[in-house]
Parts: sequence; C-alpha cells; structure tokens
Amino acid sequence: MARSTPVKKAWRSLIWLLVIVAGLGAINWGAVIWSNGSWAPKLALDLEGGTQIILTPQVANGAAAPTSQQLDQAVSIIRQRIDASGVSEAEITTQGGNKVVVSLPGTPDQETINRIESSAKLEFRAVLVSDAAPTSSVGDATASPSPSHDYSGLQSTPSVKPSNGSDDAYVTPLLQQQFTDFTCDQVDASGANVADPKKPLITCDDTGTYKYILGPVEVAGESITDATNGIISNSQGVSTGQWAVNIVFNAEGTKEFAAVTERLYGLQGVKNQFAIVLDGRVISAPTTNAVITNGKPQISGSFTQETSKTLADQLKFGALPIGFKVESKDVISATLGSSQLQSGLLAGIIGLGLVFIYSLFQYRALGSVTIASLVVAAVLTYLVLLLMSWRWGQRLSLASIAGLVVAIGFTADSFIVYFERIRDELREGRGLVGAVEAGWKRALRTVYAAKGVNLLSAVVLFLLAIGNVRGFALTLGVTTIIDVLVVVLFTHPTLQLLATTRFFSSGHRFSGLDPNALGAVYRGRAQFRTPVAAGRSSKEAVRRQTIAERKAAEAAGADSARNKGKKS
Amino acid sequence: MASLVSFGNNLYTGAKSFDFVGRRKIWYTIAIVLMVASVVIPIAKGGFNFGIEFRGGSQFQISGAQTLDQQPASDALRSVVPDGVAHVSTVGSDGVRVQTDQLTDKETLKVSAALAKAYGVSSNKITSSFIGPSWGADITSQAIRALVVFVVLAAVGMALYFRTWKMSLAALVSLVHDLVIVAGVYAATGFEVTPAAIIGFLTILGFSLYDTVVVFDKIRENTAQVGEGSRYTFAGAVNLAVNQTLVRSINTGVVAALPVASILIIGAFVLGADTLRDISLALLVGILVGTYSTIFIAAPLYAQLRSNEKSIKDRDRKTLAAREKAVGE
Repeated sequence: MARSTPVKKAWRSLIWLLVIVAGLGAINWGAVIWSNGSWAPKLALDLEGGTQIILTPQVANGAAAPTSQQLDQAVSIIRQRIDASGVSEAEITTQGGNKVVVSLPGTPDQETINRIESSAKLEFRAVLVSDAAPTSSVGDATASPSPSHDYSGLQSTPSVKPSNGSDDAYVTPLLQQQFTDFTCDQVDASGANVADPKKPLITCDDTGTYKYILGPVEVAGESITDATNGIISNSQGVSTGQWAVNIVFNAEGTKEFAAVTERLYGLQGVKNQFAIVLDGRVISAPTTNAVITNGKPQISGSFTQETSKTLADQLKFGALPIGFKVESKDVISATLGSSQLQSGLLAGIIGLGLVFIYSLFQYRALGSVTIASLVVAAVLTYLVLLLMSWRWGQRLSLASIAGLVVAIGFTADSFIVYFERIRDELREGRGLVGAVEAGWKRALRTVYAAKGVNLLSAVVLFLLAIGNVRGFALTLGVTTIIDVLVVVLFTHPTLQLLATTRFFSSGHRFSGLDPNALGAVYRGRAQFRTPVAAGRSSKEAVRRQTIAERKAAEAAGADSARNKGKKS
Repeated sequence: MASLVSFGNNLYTGAKSFDFVGRRKIWYTIAIVLMVASVVIPIAKGGFNFGIEFRGGSQFQISGAQTLDQQPASDALRSVVPDGVAHVSTVGSDGVRVQTDQLTDKETLKVSAALAKAYGVSSNKITSSFIGPSWGADITSQAIRALVVFVVLAAVGMALYFRTWKMSLAALVSLVHDLVIVAGVYAATGFEVTPAAIIGFLTILGFSLYDTVVVFDKIRENTAQVGEGSRYTFAGAVNLAVNQTLVRSINTGVVAALPVASILIIGAFVLGADTLRDISLALLVGILVGTYSTIFIAAPLYAQLRSNEKSIKDRDRKTLAAREKAVGE
C-alpha cells in the first residue's frame, strides 16, 4: 500500500512523543523521590514571598562610609553572583543610601548567603613567617578584641627598605611581637579583610591551625579574567576527586604571577610558600614547585563541589568594593497576594476556552486537533518547567505566567499556518493525503524560519541580559522548542492518521477540510468539477479557468515532479 | 464562520483581493500619524509612569503590627496620596513593609501617622527610608545591549534566509512601528511601566518579527514564481501573498489576542489586579499592532523597496505588456 508509509511514520512520531513525555515525567518523578523535586512549579518572590536579607557595609575603623557608586557596584556584583547560581528572579536594591537589600524567593541556605555576603577579595601574598596557631581561650577573646599588650617601645618601620615581598626586613620587632601574641580568633577583629595591600599582614588560615606573617599583596584579585571550578587530576591525568578553582589572569596578572613564582621557587622553607588570601584568611598556602608563566594557577583547599563553584563565580564577577555583614534576615510575604495569581489563572483558563471555541468554529473537527495539540504542549511545558525549577531554581512570576499565556498564540499559530497550507493544497485540487504531505512541507519551512527568530531572541537575551530578562528568555526559548516538537511529533502525525479516516478523507461538511467548501476545482484522479462561477464577473471566471487549466496541465506530470517543480 | 472559509477561497484564487500594496500611501500616512502621536503624547504628558522598580521610592517598615492584612496599608496610603500604589508584604512574624513611589517629607509624615493608626502601633514603631531601584541601570544597559545584538543578528539571519536584505529592512521598520506605538499607548493611558511591562514589551518584539517572517515566507514563495509568462507583476505577487495569508493572519491574531484580552478584562477590570493590567495591555496592543503592521506596512514597504530594481522593472513591464495584449485580443 502506498499509504502505509505516512501512517507508519505518523505512529513512529507519536511513539517518540510518548517516550519524551514519559521520559520527562520519569526524570521528575525521580527528582521528587530522590531529590528535592516537586510536582508543582516553584513560584517567584511576587507570588510566594521569600526571604529578605539586609546587608550593612563593614568599614575599617575611621574609614569613610561607602559612596552610592560603591553601593551600586555591589548591587550589580551581587546580582551577577545570584544569577550565576540559577534563574531565581531575586530582587536587589539599596535602602536608605547605605544598605543593600536582597530579597530571594524561598528560604536560602547558608551557602547561598555566603555567596551573596562574602566580599571575595582575593590576594596573593608571599609567606614570611608561619607558626602553629596557639589554641585560643574563648574567655580571652570576649574580654577584649584588641590585644592589651604594650608595643610602645618596639620599632614599627623596617630599618632597611625591603627589596621584594619576601624580604625579612618587613618583619620588624613590632610585627614579630604582634605575631607572637596573635591568636586566630582575632582575625575578624584585626581587620585582616580590609588590610592595606602595601603592608605585611598577620593572619590565620581558614581552619585556624596556622598563623602567618605575609608580605604585601603581590597579585590582586582584580587581575583575574575568568575562574572555573573542576576536579584536580594528577600528573597522570587521573582524577583525585578533589575540587579546585582554576584561575585565568589577564596579561598584567600573568606577568606579576610569573615573577613571584620565579622568586619563590628559589627560596627555602616557609618562604617558598605562596599564600592565597580570601577575605583576610589564608585559604591555601601551597609550596612553589614550579614557575607558573601561563597565568593559569589552580587553587586547591578544602573545597566541595559547591564551595568551589561559589568561589569561582565570586572571583569571576569580582570582589565587592566593600565588605558586608548580614544585619537582618526575615521571611517576607508575597507582594501580589494569592488573589492576583488566581485572577491570572482564571483569566488564562477563560482565554483558553475562547481559543478552543474559536478553533472549533473556524476549523470544525480540525479544531479539535488544535485543542489536543495545545493540551500536549501544555503538558510538555509543565513538565519542563518542573525540571527547570528543580535543576536551575527557575520560578514563575506573574509576568512569566502571562508570558506562558501569550505563548498559546505562538503555539497555535504553527497549527494555523499548517492548516491553511493544507487548505491551499486542497484548493489546488489535491486529495487529502497528498494535501497533508504537500502542505506540511511548505508549512514546516515557514514554521522553522519563524520559530528560528524566536529562538534567536531567546538565546541572545539569555546570554547577554541579566536579572528578570534572563528568566523571560529561558521561558521563551523552552516554549519555542516545545512548539516545534509538538507540531512535528503530534499535530502532523495526527493529521496524517486522520487523513486516512473516512470522516476526513470524504471531506465531511464538519471536518473543516471539505474540498467543496474550499472551492477546489480538481478533485480525485482526472475528475473535474465545474467551478462555481455564479455571481462572478466574466473576467474573474476567465481567471479561474486559467488556474484550472494550469492545474490540469500540471496534473498530467508525475505527482512528485510537480511537487519539486513548485518548491524551487 | 463558514463565510471566512469562502472568504479565504476568494482571497486565495485572487477572486477577491484587497489592495494592500497599491494603497500603501494611505497605510504609511496612518502609521506616521500614529507614530508621531506616540512620540508627542509622552512628551506632552511628561514621560512615562515608571514604577518604583525603576525609580526607587519610599519604604515604611512597621513592627509589632496588630494585623498583617495588606489592605489597610493601601487604604492608609490612598488617604494621603489618592492615586498611590502600595506594594505591601509582611516581614517576619509581626512586621509589615510598605513600598510606594517617592513621597515628600510632609507626605511621609502623614502616611506614617495613617499607617500607625491602621496597624494599631505607636508612631515610633514605624521607620521610613528611601529605597533604590531594584531594576538598576545595569539591567537596563545589559538588556539594551542584548536587544541590539538580537536585532542585528535577526536582520542578518532574515537577509540570509530570504536572500534579500530588503525584507530585513521592511521587517525592522514594522518592528520599530509596533514598539513605538506600544510605548505610546503606555504613555497615553498612564499605566505604570513595571518590569513585567518591559517583559511584555520584549514578547511583542518577538511576536512582531515572528508574524512578519510567516507572511514574508509566503511572499518569498509567490515572488519566486514571478517570471516569464507570469500573470502577476512583482507588487501584484506580493499583494496576492498577503491576501492568501490574510485568513491566517486574522486567525492567529484572534487566537493570540483572546487569552490576553481575557486577562486584561477579567483580571484587571473585573478583579482589579493591577499587575495583570500592566502586562496584558502591552501584550494586547502589541499583538494587534504587530499583526496589522505586517500586512499594512512590512509587505507594501518590501514591494516598494524592490520595485525600483532593474530586473523587476523589466519583468513587470513584460507582464503588463502581455496583459495589455490579452485585453486587446
């Protein structure tokens, strides 16, 4: 049978669709059981509320309050950091000219708060002196944050000008004494995170087991152009399972870094060590085993996958210009309230009902294919939204729900373009099966071209824009891909199958594909119907005749040849 | 609606035909008038009504509130500023946060007193402060950069796909037309421009180009057949394509507009949901204007742009001569 091929193809497409739906459903089912997935999409700040974190700037004693420019810069960097962790539609603003307010949907964990709050000021300093940190007594620290020792008689400036960052001349008697008295619980109070980059620094490592005297800053975090996280592999290329942050320096940073490693490579003992200082604490002080000239060092430490990703993101977007601490953390309610969501959903449902009625009016039985296709598209969209909200923290705001309602129009247009093409083919006098195939070929090209534009805008906006615009782009991209999937894997196969049924192929009055109603001039093999010329001027009748003649001539040729000839 | 089917038949065969291309001067005039109005009205009315997300505003923080209802806050604000919009949310267990457009010092004191009364707290439990914009300049500049890149890429993509840059140009002109008019409607109605409205604006940008590409694809198909012995001039072929896709345009326009219109009418005017109103207005106007401009601006403009090409002029002359001859016989 000549007909078996489209029918077979149609079934194959429908089975593929079923596999995709079942697959998405299964993944989400797994996410619900083994992870924190859910069968309901997460809602954004405007609909669900969330947590409001107020950050106040931390300035060194006596330093000026941050400028509004610095605050804006901090807001921008915090936004990029949050965006990098997913599309959560956070809201970041300044308050009263000196605070930053971050509103996040849901309840953020400590890791998220660290990601926002820490200034991520990275410095590379040479180690001058290192010592095991004394176990500090808690009582001492609460008594007085600043050491109550008398340093008045000690020399505070180097006797000779230090020649490089590893020069012992930096270690003045005063510094030596301070270092001896230093305990690791003083790190925060000592202002190590806002220390002068040109001076030596006394600090501890982040676990509090070692304390150091470090030279001045040799390479600063500003020279970093990119940072990624990854698993360390050893010289044989075998993974060690340890997470690290890989840094790429700019040209200047590469030069500085090469110079320092060259110097340290020739030194012995602790002075061979290079301290990587993050927010005033040494996160790692590796020994220098080689001169690194390519500007791509790797920071290892006690990282997990999550913490290494956080640090990499922070380094990439730059350090905050000012240090912050969390002033308050409160649960906030939705600003829009549930009534708005209900109104939106109700309006959407009524709108969809109107679309259904209109489709049935316009396309009769064919309208039910539109409805079924929209339902399939809705199911797919819902499943994908669930997965996106599980993997990337995608959340639905009222605006994105409205966007989804508009997507109905985009999706339905694919069907409308397709149906109109089938009708055009019927008007040209094709049989229904042939009209479906020929109409499909032409419609698909149009659909691809038009959806291509949508996809392009989604990709460009997602890659380049920030904030809410990214969330919109993601939704647009996903619905566009789903549109194409549905029209290819559902609408067309369904029509291929319907075309073989008696109801449609006989051109039933209510099928929406009645050749008589469509004014077809050629029907079946070599069987002509007289064109209905009543009420038309003779000039128009002549014109119609020309079409019929042309069609007849074309019909004489092979079916496939005709098809190709017209396409070019 | 069977009439639309026979209407479609007549449009397809050319038995019935609207002269979209030939009467382009009328459409251009309408477009120019609308666009000028869309530019003049905002200037006359003093610009757009940007929401606090863009401009920042005043914030009141109430602690120890007796009730956590959102309505008293809106009422309190409206008693001082009649057309003020309050964004209310609860903070923690007994706090209420009210955000609104920036108020004067005098208004701030009055609102503060009204809020104290509404929530049954003494006035020292209310702190007011200025909040900065949450839609910062950085989001805007990034979004504009992304848009420029997209429009350039889309123009190049269309030029490659349709094999003529003139289609890209015509599509972009109608895109600008749509966006200017949507912006003009916002200024004229005084609806608040919120981030949601901006998202709606971006959706329209996509819809406008999408609709144009669908119709242009049919034009490409029809004009590719224009050649020796064709019954149509180039402009005639373009016009036929627009007529043949007219039923599609109407159907798509209606199907896209129905859900949005229902959001606008039911969601906003019946249930009084402001945010929904702000988004759906941009979308509804955009969908209607986007569908309209493809037919009345993009297609005629494209025909006009190509009509001066030498090869097309020659071909048209031959077609017309052949037609004359046919009439003469």
